[in-house]
Amino acid sequence: MFALVIGAGLFLAIIEMVRRRRLAEEYSFLWLVTGAGIIVLVLWYDLLEKLTRFIGAMTPTTTLFIFGFVFLMLINLHYSVKITELTKQVKDLAQKLAIYDKEK
Amino acid sequence: MSNELKNNFAIIMPAYNEARRIAPTIAGIRKYSNADIIVVSDGSTDGTVAEAKGAGASVIELPFNMGYGAALQTGFKYALKKEYEFAVQMDADGQHDPLSIQALIQPILRGEVDIMIGSRFLSEGTYRAPFVRRMGMYFFGFITSVLTGRKITDPTSGFQALNKKVMEFYASKAYPVDYPDADVIIMLHRHGFRFREVPVVMHNAAKPSMHGGIINPLYYIFKMVLSILVTLMRKE
Repeated sequence: MFALVIGAGLFLAIIEMVRRRRLAEEYSFLWLVTGAGIIVLVLWYDLLEKLTRFIGAMTPTTTLFIFGFVFLMLINLHYSVKITELTKQVKDLAQKLAIYDKEK
Repeated sequence: MSNELKNNFAIIMPAYNEARRIAPTIAGIRKYSNADIIVVSDGSTDGTVAEAKGAGASVIELPFNMGYGAALQTGFKYALKKEYEFAVQMDADGQHDPLSIQALIQPILRGEVDIMIGSRFLSEGTYRAPFVRRMGMYFFGFITSVLTGRKITDPTSGFQALNKKVMEFYASKAYPVDYPDADVIIMLHRHGFRFREVPVVMHNAAKPSMHGGIINPLYYIFKMVLSILVTLMRKE
């Protein structure tokens, strides 16, 4: 029940943030998938047990931790890619600005 | 330096907090060359900008510190916009002896090569690197030599002369702005640019190198190895 509340809460909070434009749709995707994943696994406990057997874990908790960990890694990687892109854009902008300033 | 080439040739100097060093450096250059001097102040917070302007240089001011490579690249972008055909890049701290500018630029002006790299190890300069740094230079010099098929003695040299084609390459996205170095020489080789080393005189810098400290050299080695590896993996 607790997990269901967390999952549903996360899902709704993200939709609300996208609605208020505090979170871009692009970033919401991974989070929404996580929220939905939690809800699905809570409602469909069989799937969680099957997954647990599939990955060779002893308890369903381990499965949840592993998926949680993988998710955090993915989202961090995604941020690193974004930061790289933003750094390049900031560099190009600063260079353009400096050259523009010089020519003014 | 012949006058008809004057307007085609710029000296690009990235500078970060080089007050009290940059004016003597510019005065030194003036003894050997009347080329336009473009100083790129990399977010300097001291008197670098005023001093460079006072010494007669053209100064571009970056709004914040972005590192040597990004500052240098700014200089190339500006030089291209101003339609310079050739450029010399050198340090603002007086490490690079302006006496060597002619040796660097002449083969470029004659069209013999696309880029000339000044090597401190082919000459009798006063430059002496600390042991660890010297080992690093040998190591990357060796790798660069093997990969480019020619002897490179000073892959970390920032004292270079180049033509417009190379400037365009340096201004492009391919240029690694954090520590442009041995990896750039390998990239140049893979893009088919013609390059050569020439002996230049370098002195020990008056301030700590950007490769100083403990973390920086480690990051530098990591970055260089990774950058060389991915350069080799790219199809160009």
